[in-house]
Amino acid sequence: MTARRTLATTVRVLQQIRNDPRTVGILVGLPCLLLWLVAWMFDGTPVLDTFGPLLVGLFPLIVMFLVTSVTTLRERQSGTLERLMAGPVGKGDVVVGYALAFGLVAVLQALVVVGFTVLVLGMEVAGALWVVVLVAVLDAVLGTALGLAASSVARTEFQAVQLMPVVIFPQLVTCGLLMPRDQMPAVLEAISRALPLTYGMEALQQLAAGADFTEVRGAVGVVVLFIAGALALGATTLHRRTP
Amino acid sequence: MATQPVGPVPDTTDVAVRARGLRVVRGGRRGVVVLDGLDLSVPAGCVVGLLGPSGSGKTTLMRAVVGVQAEVTGEVTVLGLPAGHARLRDRVAYVTQQPSVYADLSVEQNLTYLARLVGASSDDVARSLEAVELGALARRRVGVLSGGERSRVLLAAALLGRPELLVLDEPTVGLDPVLRRDLWDLFAHLASEGASLLVSSHVMDEARRCDHLLLLRDGRLLADEPVPALLARTSAPDVESAFLALVEDAPARAGRPPGGRTGEGAR
Repeated sequence: MTARRTLATTVRVLQQIRNDPRTVGILVGLPCLLLWLVAWMFDGTPVLDTFGPLLVGLFPLIVMFLVTSVTTLRERQSGTLERLMAGPVGKGDVVVGYALAFGLVAVLQALVVVGFTVLVLGMEVAGALWVVVLVAVLDAVLGTALGLAASSVARTEFQAVQLMPVVIFPQLVTCGLLMPRDQMPAVLEAISRALPLTYGMEALQQLAAGADFTEVRGAVGVVVLFIAGALALGATTLHRRTP
Repeated sequence: MATQPVGPVPDTTDVAVRARGLRVVRGGRRGVVVLDGLDLSVPAGCVVGLLGPSGSGKTTLMRAVVGVQAEVTGEVTVLGLPAGHARLRDRVAYVTQQPSVYADLSVEQNLTYLARLVGASSDDVARSLEAVELGALARRRVGVLSGGERSRVLLAAALLGRPELLVLDEPTVGLDPVLRRDLWDLFAHLASEGASLLVSSHVMDEARRCDHLLLLRDGRLLADEPVPALLARTSAPDVESAFLALVEDAPARAGRPPGGRTGEGAR
C-alpha cells in the first residue's frame, strides 16, 4: 500500500462521482428534503431540535452504504477489480482510496445538510455543532466501510440493494432511536452495544441535549474503531485469485 | 511474416512462461477440469499465439499465468518466479476479454489512473494512446465507445508500464482488418524490443502472425512449437488444417463428456 496508489484511487472514484451529477444531487438533496418534511410536520414543537441531529447522522449512513455497496459490486463484476488485483495495487489502496473519496463526499453532504437544517429550517442544537458535523461525516464513512465489506456477499445489484435492510435495519431498531436503550430487554441492549450505529446515535442524542466534544469523545472513538474494523474486513474480501 | 526477436533477450531466461502438470478445476465442489495436466513453455522475446476453439480453456490458462486463477495445481513459472508472485505484478500486464475499464470515465482518465498505479508518466499515457491509435478519442467517455475501441483502451493500459510479459486475451476480436493488421504489427514490434507476448485467438488465420504456437483443445495441448515446425510435422498447408489433423490423430478422451466444456468467457 502506498500513498500514491491510494490517492490515485481516491481521485479516480471522485472523477466517477463528478461524472454523475444526478447522484451527487440525490446524495446532498435528499437528506435536506427529508429533514424539511420533518420540520414541516412538527412545526412549532421541539422535535426538530431533539431528533434533527440524529437524522443528520442517520441519512448519510444509509445513503453511503447503498452507494458504496453497489459501486463496489460493479467493480467486482465488470472485471475492473480483477484487473486491479492482477496489478501492483494493494488491497489497502483500494479500500482506503474508496473510503477517502466517499469521506470527502460525506463532508460536503454533512456541511450542506447541517447548514440547511440550521440556517433554513431553524434547528437549534444545544451542544457543539461542529461535533454534529463530525459525527455525521464519521457515520457516512462507516456506511462506506460497511458497504465495501457487505458487497462481497452479493452476487447481483438486486442483492446488494437488499443488503441495506439486512445490515442497517437491525442497527436502526436497537440504536436507541425507537426506545431508550436502558428500557430495552437486556439481550437487545447487549446486542445494541455490539452495533456501530448505537454509538453514533448516542453521541448525537447527547449533543442535542447540550453536550460538548469531551462528553461524547468516547462514543466518537468507538465509531472510528468500527470504521477501521469494517475497512479491514472489506480488504479481506478482495481476492487476488478468483475461481 | 513473423518477426524474429532481434539479438539476445536481456535479463530473463529464454523462457517467459513454463508450466509443468498445470491443472485447473473450476466451479467449486462439482467442478469441471478445465486444464488437465499441461506442460508448456512460452519462449521469451517473441509473439506466442494461444489458439483453440471457444471453450478450450484459453482464458483459464492465461489467468493461471497471470496468477489470478484459483484452484491451480502443478507448477507455473513466469519470468523465473512462481505465477502471481508480488514482484511480477508490475512486470506482467494482462488484458482481459471483458471490457474491464471504467465506463463512466474518459479514455484519458482511465489511463491516467492506471498509469499512476504502475508509476508511469503522462508521456506514457500519450505514447500508449498513440500505439493503439486512440489519440483522437482521448476525451471520450468509455461508455460510449464501441467494443473494439474499448478493447484498445485495455491494450493501451497494458502498455503503460512497459511490461516484460503481455498476456492478451483475444485482443483483436471485432476489429476491422486494417486495425487488426496494425495491432499484430505492434505486437511484433514489442517483441522485437524484447517483450514476450502471449496472445489468444480463436481465429486460426491469426497464427500466421505468431512466432510460436500453443494449440489448445478441450483443456489439452495439441501443439507447442514454432509455426513452420507444426506445419512440417503435420504436413498441412495451413494452421487450420494442422489443427484438424492433430484433432483426428489425438486419442479419444476418457471421462469427459463431449458437451462438458466450461464457458471460458464466464469471468
